[in-house]
Amino acid sequence: MTAVLEARNISRDYHVGGTLFGAGRVVHAVKNLSFSLDRGRTLAIVGESGSGKSTLARILTLIDRQTSGELFMDGAAVDIGRTGVTRDMRRKVQIVFQNPYGSLNPRQKIGDVLMEPLLLNTDMPVAERRERALQMLVKVGLLPEHFNRYPHMFSGGQRQRIAIARAIILNPSLLVLDEPVSALDLSVQAQILNLLADLQDEFGLTYVFISHDLSVVRYIADEVMVMYLGEAVEYGSRDRVFEAPQHAYTRTLFAATPRADVESIRARLARKAAAAA
Amino acid sequence: MHLLEVRNLTVSFDTSVGLFHAVKGIDLHVDAREVLAIVGESGSGKSVAMLSVMGLLPATATVTADSMEFDGRDLLTMSAAQRRKIIGRDVAMIFQEPMTSLNPCFTVGFQIEEVLRFHLGMGRTERRARAVELLRQVGIPEPEQRLHSFPHQMSGGQNQRVMIAMAIACSPKLLIADEPTTALDVTIQKQILDLLVHLQAEHGMGLIMITHNIGVVAETADRVVVQYKGRRMEEAGVLELFTAPKSPYTRALLAALPENATGDRLPTIAGFNPEDLVAQ
Ligand SMILES: Nc1ncnc2c1ncn2[C@@H]1O[C@H](COP(=O)(O)OP(=O)(O)OP(=O)(O)O)[C@@H](O)[C@H]1O
Ligand SMILES: Nc1ncnc2c1ncn2[C@@H]1O[C@H](COP(=O)(O)OP(=O)(O)OP(=O)(O)O)[C@@H](O)[C@H]1O
Ligand SMILES: [Mg+2]
Ligand SMILES: [Mg+2]
Repeated sequence: MTAVLEARNISRDYHVGGTLFGAGRVVHAVKNLSFSLDRGRTLAIVGESGSGKSTLARILTLIDRQTSGELFMDGAAVDIGRTGVTRDMRRKVQIVFQNPYGSLNPRQKIGDVLMEPLLLNTDMPVAERRERALQMLVKVGLLPEHFNRYPHMFSGGQRQRIAIARAIILNPSLLVLDEPVSALDLSVQAQILNLLADLQDEFGLTYVFISHDLSVVRYIADEVMVMYLGEAVEYGSRDRVFEAPQHAYTRTLFAATPRADVESIRARLARKAAAAA
Repeated sequence: MHLLEVRNLTVSFDTSVGLFHAVKGIDLHVDAREVLAIVGESGSGKSVAMLSVMGLLPATATVTADSMEFDGRDLLTMSAAQRRKIIGRDVAMIFQEPMTSLNPCFTVGFQIEEVLRFHLGMGRTERRARAVELLRQVGIPEPEQRLHSFPHQMSGGQNQRVMIAMAIACSPKLLIADEPTTALDVTIQKQILDLLVHLQAEHGMGLIMITHNIGVVAETADRVVVQYKGRRMEEAGVLELFTAPKSPYTRALLAALPENATGDRLPTIAGFNPEDLVAQ
């Protein structure tokens, strides 16, 4: 089976602060990163804040170009610098951005936000577009009456769901999700994770799922990659990574996970009381 | 007297299809040195309620309350000029979406220094030194260089930490943190939570923490308010909330933790009527 997505030695440098007087400096945001992902599988990426996850997400979704290294989709080499992005590629690959508000046009009603990809990328008649957009709204736990509202009229978590609805409305085959559930309450989070699982079962969707929430990652991932300072310091099956983490940073991450058990809460409250006395 | 006390708060928005009631009569208070966590449904009015305290809602919003007092002063009847002096200095907020509150046209250093200049009247060198110190406190590597970065040159979590630096810049008496760690990995999240708790102990700061992260609640909160559809479902000490949640909504919420997955789908909460849910 050919992989849906394969990255070979991908790197991305940013040049910042170059002025007349100084050469500036180079940020190596992603360093020499490789992986391969089969159809219908989920790769979760966790890692330090600033370690290059969103940069990688933009490269995988053909928004930004790597400085070096190769990207393959369904076995074919992709280089947007040479060929640009075709309508067909756009349909196949979608992204849910980390910052949903920044990715929504403040003057566009939500209904139009959802119908736009259908307008641009399909020949669907308007009534069908409308129908599909309404279905999508309900699937992500919003209401038909939200159709005519503007982005600023929504809560953070509602906007995050709009971004998810927009990304899945075209039935992509690869979906990159950058912190897609961080603004959702546990119940809506469960609803969205279940929806993603349904779509994967039904259409064989492939996911790259970026998250800081290790319990979500443990629930959703087939494979896990841990990034630290631009490098993939750990990459393996979910069970392997969670049960036998190889890298010190991965172990540090696991150790820093907040504890919600009653004993830990008791101990913390006792410490606080002692410090105040 | 509480540091902040709000009684019977309502907020409604004038929309094209009529009034929308986002907050329907909420009571809330927090003391100095206390951490109040607000959890609850997405869209239940958590951010809107706190933005009303800050006086930052758009003109389409109507706010009413029986009382809204901060540090013994009535926020409802205070003049706009008086309120501007307090907001940002004595009461600061970490906003849910950093990119909407950072200005894309200015460097992060300039934006932090502007807060210090406006509220504390600091001179240039003092400001610069304090800005570097603040960025260091929130765990941004190479803070001297990072001062010159624009928001689009920073990662999501780096921008979130710039927001936190701006909010704590003036050592506020009350800090309202709206989902402050959503873009942070757990090690930096821990560092930030430790910093906030430290500021509390040191300055007697009161902290309101809006979060969906049950682990963050467990690790920081003294008291918890649970909100659903614009109403308060439950208020409890943190231990009580975890050991004996009163409201069925709270119980259902805790059951939806990914750790509790049985089989390959997660439990969700369907169609509660908030009127039936208010804990007796
Ligand atoms: N346009 C840019 N110009 C310069 N530097 C950039 C740019 N975009 C990102 N960077 C830098 O590249 C590094 C990686 O950023 P990226 O956004 O990929 O991190 P991330 O892993 O997504 O972090 P987070 O978890 O905080 O969102 C960071 O140090 C960031 O400051
Ligand atoms: N400007 C506005 N006009 C109309 N409705 C609005 C406006 N701002 C917010 N709302 C609505 O008010 C309700 C409460 O929003 P709020 O942002 O307080 O939710 P929240 O509890 O913070 O949710 P989340 O956890 O998703 O951030 C939502 O249903 C939202 O759609
Ligand atoms: Mg990111
Ligand atoms: Mg909110």
